[in-house]
Amino acid sequence: MSAPRVDAIVEVRDLVRQYRMGEELVQALRGVSFTVQRSEYVAIVGPSGCGKSTLLNVLGVIDRPTSGTVAIGGERVDQLSDARATEFRLRRIGFVFQRFYLMQALTARENVELPLAEAGLGGAARRERARALLEYVGLGRRESHRPSQLSGGEQQRVAIARALANEPALLLADEPTGELDARTGAEMIALFRRLNADGTTIVVVTHDEELARAAKRVVHMRDGSIVDDRRAEADRR
Amino acid sequence: MLLTLAFASLVRHRARTILAVLGVAVSAGMLLDMVMLSTGMRESFRSLLLAQGFQLRLAPKGTLPFDTEATIRDADSLVALLRARPEVERVSPVLGGQLHIPTSAGTVTAAALGVESSVQGDYELVEGRAPAAANELVANDATLRAIGKGIGDTVSAAAGYDPQLRGLSGVRTLRIVGRVRFVYMAAEQRGASLPLATLRAMQGGEASDRISLAMVRLRPRTDAEAMRTEVGRLLPRVTVISTAEAIRQVDERLSYFRQLAVILGAVSLIVGFLLVTTLMTVSVNERIGEIAVMRAIGVRRGRIVAQIVIEGAAIMAVATPVGLGLGLVTARYLNSILARFPGLPERIDFFLFQPVAAWTALGLLIASGILSGVYPSWRGASLAIATTLRQEAVG
Ligand SMILES: Nc1ncnc2c1ncn2[C@@H]1O[C@H](COP(=O)(O)OP(=O)(O)O)[C@@H](O)[C@H]1O
Ligand SMILES: [Mg+2]
Repeated sequence: MSAPRVDAIVEVRDLVRQYRMGEELVQALRGVSFTVQRSEYVAIVGPSGCGKSTLLNVLGVIDRPTSGTVAIGGERVDQLSDARATEFRLRRIGFVFQRFYLMQALTARENVELPLAEAGLGGAARRERARALLEYVGLGRRESHRPSQLSGGEQQRVAIARALANEPALLLADEPTGELDARTGAEMIALFRRLNADGTTIVVVTHDEELARAAKRVVHMRDGSIVDDRRAEADRR
Repeated sequence: MLLTLAFASLVRHRARTILAVLGVAVSAGMLLDMVMLSTGMRESFRSLLLAQGFQLRLAPKGTLPFDTEATIRDADSLVALLRARPEVERVSPVLGGQLHIPTSAGTVTAAALGVESSVQGDYELVEGRAPAAANELVANDATLRAIGKGIGDTVSAAAGYDPQLRGLSGVRTLRIVGRVRFVYMAAEQRGASLPLATLRAMQGGEASDRISLAMVRLRPRTDAEAMRTEVGRLLPRVTVISTAEAIRQVDERLSYFRQLAVILGAVSLIVGFLLVTTLMTVSVNERIGEIAVMRAIGVRRGRIVAQIVIEGAAIMAVATPVGLGLGLVTARYLNSILARFPGLPERIDFFLFQPVAAWTALGLLIASGILSGVYPSWRGASLAIATTLRQEAVG
């Protein structure tokens, strides 16, 4: 917490998220606070149901906290209107899902173009950038394939290229290796490492110990709270 | 991108899309037919009655024109009286009767109209000319076909037939000088027209000063209703009806017909609307997950609505022209069936294509089809993203 404030990409304070399930109140987050610095690579781990995805969704501005504040890149995002939140997700957040969630009707390149088109990038420039992104994630030769013609690992690479399309301040990934076999998972881990080495700030939720080990910082959660937060040995100053 | 996604969705469910297009086309066709039917008869009666430009019709007291065999006596003085009025431009006296024409295959009977060629408004010449001399005759196709004659031929015709004596009366030799179409007769109905004086002479002494009907054309800017009252007061032994009144009567008789058409038309519109709405709702529901993903990566709500609306519009854009064609073909077919209804004038159409009404109806259908996508897609795009992603497996 001693790092200069300008370098904090994520600042979370006293985050509470409750779900009403009929009569019952589910406490998914019970007052979480933490900060992520620029270019950090953070893994969030913990038992199933402890609130990891909920936290990631709030960071990704696709869910709103019940209370508490979230600032990303210095901008409060916990109470944005729908239109502002949408714009914020488009420009500042890259989200990678466990099940890839690509548009089946679109080719790999068109999937990457989707957020570029939404951001107003036109024709040739858009195609060019989508191609470059696919190249970057190692899928240069697959741009015209549809998701159904790609392996799981390849689909996840397309999803990562899509998440990076508008140069987000923050890349969020929820169990990105959850659907992949060990070998493909290892490739994915290498890719995340490379993304981080190139300057991308990453927060990844995972069960995958290998993936967690790759991160420079591991946050342990239990029952809606952070119980441990430590930097990896090699990274400690 | 938006277009790709919209069309991909339509193509992915090809069978469903085709069925929807057909369904909407049928409903558009029905709608069009009902609109054509609701206005067709009225409009064609109106144009039939207005075509010849006679605003008043005088018939024997208590009858409608040609409703009975009744005739107006002392007709010449009546016609003269009318013609003397400054408001009157033209009076066409008409005497109805029959012509019996012996042929090798038996006697052919045709409706006969005795008129004054220079002022008549009962037929349109198709070929040849109107009778100029007393022994000249014009006839329609049905008659010419039945007697096997044409322009230039002469026929022997009688105005009366006595079944007891098995004899014809009032026989004349007449020359056919024209082929005509009778405005108020059905196509299959046999008709012939000859000079009023000739028909009177053929019918005998009784008919010498009678007519069945007089049609009156008024000068421009004359108040037809006022004249109707005036003539009715002046000539208490005749019934005077104005064209406007006749149209009103026809209108009244057709009102059930029209209500039926309006109700069925509304039903077609609703069916078409429900069909597209159902399709759009299903389409949105099965894509809830996909929509949530698009929202999660920053696609605006309006874009998602636009995508669904494009789908609806595409279905409409294909279905409506198909429906238009379907409706016109059906209308034509039904018209040809209904035209065989006995005794209807040839010019009456049950289905009349009236551009404004037709475009309005189809426009309404298209608009409803396009709008039908707005609500379900807006609702789908407004769902909580995180919760939806949790519940919906996509991709
Ligand atoms: N949309 C929701 N409605 C109700 N309960 C939810 C919802 N999302 C998450 N939860 C509950 O919140 C808790 C945390 O869930 P989640 O953040 O998905 O855990 P994790 O990702 O760590 O497995 C769980 O008890 C889960 O059942
Ligand atoms: Mg989870």
